[in-house]
Amino acid sequence: MRVISDMTERVKEREAGVKAITLDAKGVYYRDLNENIRELIDRGYQEIVLDGVNGQRYIGDGLDEKVTIVINGVPGNDLGAFMNGPTIIVNDNAQDVVGNTMNSGKIVVKGHAGDVIGYGMRGGRIFVTGDIGYRVGIHMKSFKDQVPVIVAGGRAGDFFGEYMAGGIMVLLGSGEGDSPLVGHYVGTGMHGGVIYIKGKVRDSQLGREVRLFPLEEEDRVLLEGLLEEFSQSTGTSARPVDPAEFIKLMPFSHRPYGNMYVY
Amino acid sequence: MPGNLVPGEFLVDIDYERCRRCKRCVLNCGFGAFDFKDRTVADSSKCVACHRCVAFCPEDAITVTRNPLAFRENASWDVNLRKMIWKQAETSGIMLTGMGNDLPWLNVFDHLLIDACQVTNPSIDPLREPMELRTYLGKKPAKLKVGKDDGHYRLETPVAKNLKLDVPIMFSPMSYGAVSLNTHRALAIAAERLGTVMNTGEGGLHKELYPYGDHIIVQCASGRFGVHSEYLNAGVAVEIKIGQGAKPGIGGHLPGEKIGRDVSSTRMIPVGTDALSPAPHHDIYSIEDLRQLIYALKEASGYKPLSVKIATVHNVAAICSGIARAGADIIYLDGFRGGSGATPTVIRDHVGIPLEIALAVVDERLRQEGIRNEVSIIAAGGIRCAADVAKAIALGADAVAIGTAALIALGCRVCQKCYTGNCSWGICTQRPELTARLDPDWGAERLVNLVNSWAHELQEVLGALGVNAIESLRGNRERLRALGLDSTTMEILDVQPAGR
Repeated sequence: MRVISDMTERVKEREAGVKAITLDAKGVYYRDLNENIRELIDRGYQEIVLDGVNGQRYIGDGLDEKVTIVINGVPGNDLGAFMNGPTIIVNDNAQDVVGNTMNSGKIVVKGHAGDVIGYGMRGGRIFVTGDIGYRVGIHMKSFKDQVPVIVAGGRAGDFFGEYMAGGIMVLLGSGEGDSPLVGHYVGTGMHGGVIYIKGKVRDSQLGREVRLFPLEEEDRVLLEGLLEEFSQSTGTSARPVDPAEFIKLMPFSHRPYGNMYVY
Repeated sequence: MPGNLVPGEFLVDIDYERCRRCKRCVLNCGFGAFDFKDRTVADSSKCVACHRCVAFCPEDAITVTRNPLAFRENASWDVNLRKMIWKQAETSGIMLTGMGNDLPWLNVFDHLLIDACQVTNPSIDPLREPMELRTYLGKKPAKLKVGKDDGHYRLETPVAKNLKLDVPIMFSPMSYGAVSLNTHRALAIAAERLGTVMNTGEGGLHKELYPYGDHIIVQCASGRFGVHSEYLNAGVAVEIKIGQGAKPGIGGHLPGEKIGRDVSSTRMIPVGTDALSPAPHHDIYSIEDLRQLIYALKEASGYKPLSVKIATVHNVAAICSGIARAGADIIYLDGFRGGSGATPTVIRDHVGIPLEIALAVVDERLRQEGIRNEVSIIAAGGIRCAADVAKAIALGADAVAIGTAALIALGCRVCQKCYTGNCSWGICTQRPELTARLDPDWGAERLVNLVNSWAHELQEVLGALGVNAIESLRGNRERLRALGLDSTTMEILDVQPAGR
């Protein structure tokens, strides 16, 4: 599986101390590509640029090292699955299940992303400049100092934050067209964490387990910080947060089904 | 009006002539059925017949009997049905229970008989001749190519990583959180000593048990509790849990009471929150999606053998064909008698199909499609003794997994109150004063004894069959005969009736 030699290997001069490399991933089978990425990390490369990516799955899957992977092209499903540390920057759209069960690290998608983003995510950040699909942030959970964050600049489909058990999701709702800001069943089954949405959501769009809460000063400070980081990461412009523009959704119970059973 | 119309199931009787008021029963009952007021008194309504008090009473002063309260006999209205209606009329709740299906459904294992040699071919004495039980789980090549260089033969066909078991019996997935850490410790120690594996279940693996990784299958279920890259590399294989025999098609709710500090840090969720497992994996809505997760896990685990666990449901053969084609190395079939720490009674008792039938149709289907070598089959959910192991293997299993049997070895009385978290035997509980009762080394020794005795019994069965390796029995239904099964069931099992 020695594919590196077949791929165009260009070691670039970067700031001192950072070993960077660019690979041409065009037409490379995903297993070979990921094998190469792991090998380059073992060889000490801290920044890996992948040109010509077109649907290869599992990029960054299970990686523990704090490297940066820049993807030019559209990566395949399960980008950054089980990832634990790296930063992935996608200069295009991404597909489904970005950041599946991710533990820590950061994924920036400078385009749209598909369904089930951040499934079971336990830490780290996912920033998407555009729209996101269905069931984003499903069963996201936080643990101690690990608080996962998803921020999307565009709109979201149904079941946003379903089963959410922890973490923070922010939906900014920008974009063109007349699709709704967010679909139905927002936060259904939610029993932890918080969702902020810029704009108005009808009661009929909400899951039974969530309620609207007023934004406090601490929410504004949190949002300012997150949106600043979001705009820096995605290269979009940051604006001051006006709490009046946002709604805040939280579950009213950590145990929504506690009284459902009889012994 | 009375608050509770449901009479207690058991009566606790204390013989005050014998009782020396040592209060051991008061201390031992996890359900609070004893109190001390001048003398020991029992509240029979709280008794679950777990026998902890009986086992620890130094004077044999306690007897537990079934409540003889008479009900008008009615074949349509079993007393248990009446009790369920009273409870539900009171609470509007879903009936919850523990362990496996307890209804008297036909048990196919009990209608299968094993062959033996007489006169025309010799049986083998396993005490004095080698009798191989070693089993390898994982993909096997469809054919082997052997090359020769320098006069030495060399296997040229690449062989996928397999899981090596010294006995074809492993411990089934039971999560830390449902069962106690001492239970996990006992299972891990025993698995290592037996040369087999335990399975984490869906609650992650406690850091202390990582050194046993060569004997542990790590599970990834829909809740993804405690699943991270280190965990995925800690075990010897990875398992995607799709379903469970005691609750096919539904998720799991581990109540917040069981999420203490240690469970919290292993599951990686905050203390006291309910651990909700979604019914499906929301990244799997199709066989193609399953393939996607299989390879996501293989990429993350360095291509360890990957198992997919499903409950046996009506269309199990086609589902397993899909699982094999999705790239799994092992299929774990959990029959409708499989156990659970907590499951809705309606699902446990009425959903799914028997393991025996599922095994036969899955094995047959994979053979017909020429892909049986692509996957190994683990049979679980209703394996109670060595005879069941032999019959399951003859029906097509590569190995079996035991859960309930292992817990019984640890003292479990099958009281079915696992969901209460009050297990007096320290097995299915997180209450520290109860979990401390299970000594992992004592438990491990009992588990090792149990599996070793079954292994010896298996060797006896193989010897009687005149074969010297478990491999010769695998899928060999010609060595089974049916007694008292209908012709359609025999046709499905591909087993002849006794006498033919």
